Amino acid sequence: MSARTWRGLTYGVPLAFLALFFVYPLVSIMERGLSSGDDLAAAIDVLTEPLTREVVWFTVWQAVVSTALTILIAFPASYVLGRYTFRGRGVALAVVTVPFVLPTVVVAIAFLAVLPERLERGSAAILIAHVFLNVAVVVRVVGTFWAGLDPRVSEAAATLGAGPWRSFREVTLPLLAPALAAAASIVFLFSFTSFGVVLILGGPRYSTLETEIYNQAVRMFDLRAAAVLALVQLVCVALAVWAATRLEAGLAVGGWRGREQDVLRPLRTPRERTFAAISLGALALFLGVPLAVLVERSLAVGGGHGFEAYRALGKPTNALLATPWEAVVNSIVYAGGATAIALVCGGLAAFAVAGSRRGGTRLLDGSLMLPLGASAVMLGFGFVIAFDTEPIDFRSLPWIVPVVQALVAIPFVVRIVAPTLRAIDERQREAAAVLGASPGRVRREIDLPVAGRALGVAAGFAFAISLGEFGATVFLARPDSPTLPVAIFRFLGRPGELNVGQAYALAVILMVAVALSILVIERLRRDRVSWF
Amino acid sequence: MLRIENVSVSFGGKAALDRLALEIAAGEVVSVLGPSGSGKSTLLRVVAGLQPPDSGRVLLDGEDLVSVPAHRRGIGLVFQDHALFHHRDVWGNVGFGLRMRGDSRQEIERRARYCLDLVGLAGYERRSILTLSGGEQQRVALARALAPEPRVLLLDEPLGSLDRRLRDRLLEDLAKIFDELRVTALHVTHDRAEAFALGDRVAVMRAGRIVQVGTPDELWARPADEDTARFLGLNVRDGTAVRPEAITVRPVAPDQGGDGVVRRAVRQGPTVKLEIELNSGETLEAVVAALAHPAPGDRVQIEVDEHGVSELSVEGPKALHGFDR
Ligand SMILES: Nc1ncnc2c1ncn2[C@@H]1O[C@H](COP(=O)(O)OP(=O)(O)OP(=O)(O)O)[C@@H](O)[C@H]1O
Ligand SMILES: [Mg+2]
Repeated sequence: MSARTWRGLTYGVPLAFLALFFVYPLVSIMERGLSSGDDLAAAIDVLTEPLTREVVWFTVWQAVVSTALTILIAFPASYVLGRYTFRGRGVALAVVTVPFVLPTVVVAIAFLAVLPERLERGSAAILIAHVFLNVAVVVRVVGTFWAGLDPRVSEAAATLGAGPWRSFREVTLPLLAPALAAAASIVFLFSFTSFGVVLILGGPRYSTLETEIYNQAVRMFDLRAAAVLALVQLVCVALAVWAATRLEAGLAVGGWRGREQDVLRPLRTPRERTFAAISLGALALFLGVPLAVLVERSLAVGGGHGFEAYRALGKPTNALLATPWEAVVNSIVYAGGATAIALVCGGLAAFAVAGSRRGGTRLLDGSLMLPLGASAVMLGFGFVIAFDTEPIDFRSLPWIVPVVQALVAIPFVVRIVAPTLRAIDERQREAAAVLGASPGRVRREIDLPVAGRALGVAAGFAFAISLGEFGATVFLARPDSPTLPVAIFRFLGRPGELNVGQAYALAVILMVAVALSILVIERLRRDRVSWF
Repeated sequence: MLRIENVSVSFGGKAALDRLALEIAAGEVVSVLGPSGSGKSTLLRVVAGLQPPDSGRVLLDGEDLVSVPAHRRGIGLVFQDHALFHHRDVWGNVGFGLRMRGDSRQEIERRARYCLDLVGLAGYERRSILTLSGGEQQRVALARALAPEPRVLLLDEPLGSLDRRLRDRLLEDLAKIFDELRVTALHVTHDRAEAFALGDRVAVMRAGRIVQVGTPDELWARPADEDTARFLGLNVRDGTAVRPEAITVRPVAPDQGGDGVVRRAVRQGPTVKLEIELNSGETLEAVVAALAHPAPGDRVQIEVDEHGVSELSVEGPKALHGFDR
């Protein structure tokens, strides 16, 4: 394959995919919301409604507070994992990641189970669940960045007379700032566009843009209001991404980045050991208790404890047009398809992104990140509007669900694979070339083996994320072929102990599947050039 | 006066410093010369307070430093590879220690400017660290360490990462600055020329111990043992050290025998180093100063000046200046 064909492929495939399945649905939403003068007036009505203002205000407020709380709670553990090496450090990093990829629906009902009734529904529950989901982002982004900071810089500050606190404030914190900003912007985006958590824990009183779009489109059948709100959300997200990029660029320091094994040191004094034990133990408790309670609830059906709810999963139910087990199978098939699509598109894009640093590449890089912030509900809604007639009708095409799930997974694939490719020393490629390898051969002999491991990790993440995807799938999955998260949501909407029990049981199955795929990929990876 | 008393440090059971003892007088520069991995950086980290010793003491003007944290010791350290603050410009780096001790604005201004002048970087105040060349970064690191007037200055292979010409130039600058400021300094390096150029006295270090201390001339004239002699670049023959410049080399006709044959001839600036294979199979290094010199393959006759030979101790390495005797 010539270099040109290869480049065409690495740019063309992801861009075409993005244009058809991301840009086109979004444009369709806009068209629906604002195509005529009439629409414009109505749109302005929607915008000026007090309800809209309230929703926007609550969305921003909860995102800001969630972000601040997450950083506060994750910081001690980030410090411990970014400065010390000890047995079980790798396991700790893996375990902390599990909540991040848990389906939001599962997290929401775990907190329904664990919180006292007074807090069950409301802003406090939403905030706690957001912290739970996003702790991993801060710990991994900040912790791994910290583990690359030259400890001698702090030592230099000490020899110049700076005490520990002074040295932290004047040296460590400024050097950490880019990682803190990156983590904060990711948590902010996730909290801003969070759907399942707010839908289930917010109750009728608390609504964010994302859930309000869903309410308008699905419950009120007001597509125009939904479209206008989706536009508002898109503008907000774009603004946030722009601000975050500016901030990160402004804070970037550059310079020496060490390797973990040179930087991390063992826990020495009793004080250090106590601090590490307390900060990691507290985090483990916070992350572990809701999940343990979830398991307990799934077993507590009718009087004592038993597997009744699990046994009922094979039988037809009035909550779904399929048996719950069929939902499990659907989920696995859909997620498998989504993983394949995401690996091809994301993998090719990673080669394009890693290959050069020109403006066009950065644009591709940025646009591939957009689905991450553009909100799943909006995507699902966009698909409903854009693909409701031949040749692409979402109701009749089984591959439309994997496509939309892949869209959400692609940013992760690119983020995992591209840094690995970029980290390959260019001199290795040059060495292969002077030894007679053609460009295609260099890719096969040098890039692919290195990327192989990263692709495996990316596949695990893509699978876990697709498995738990809810916001878009809830629009697109046909009633007779629901996925796990959709089935859980339907069960929750039904009265009766057995229905709730089955929701818990499905959540446990989903949690175990996701946790397993994360633990497997953590084994797989050795180099940690990206934070995922 | 800095006094290091029987300091030991081990990492995972392996000793990096083994009851090391050394004294540095006020205003004196001592160079520690040792091969890679002999524990030089560890020694400096102990003195600076960055590495707690397993046992032993560090005394500065009679005060035991062991319980004093690094930031209260008033000891400056120029790190191997600089460890500059990349998030601050040159000015922010040089002024850092002055701010830490609470100097006034004018005082910081005056002192930082003085130090930048001293290292030849006037006008670099606002430059970002990342835009500096290796030699410039080295000078900033030196200015940063000098600015707060440390009681002792420690330098960890300060010129290690620089090219040869820059090294020679900075070496002269360093020696001049030390002279001018009359600093008390402990400098470590694996490079003989660097140690001889900077140190009033040179301490030879091996496997975590100091095996010999003396002026460069003393070391050159009377190395303590075989390993030290070899490390300094002297010949070792029959329990004696033979200085290369004390060997006179005369070419002889191929059929006249002679003492050996020249294997290599390397010009090192004004002198030429000859590697001679003796008839006994031993190799000998000699240094000659002439423009015309024997070439590889030439047979030569050698003559050793008896003043160039010194007895080596047969007991092997022993710690000098130990405080336990
Ligand atoms: N933090 C540490 N953990 C484990 N071993 C260490 C540590 N620091 C140093 N060592 C070991 O102690 C010994 C001495 O190391 P040190 O860095 O002091 O040597 P050095 O003389 O400065 O070497 P170089 O000239 O290469 O800088 C080495 O064997 C080294 O591997
Ligand atoms: Mg060293």
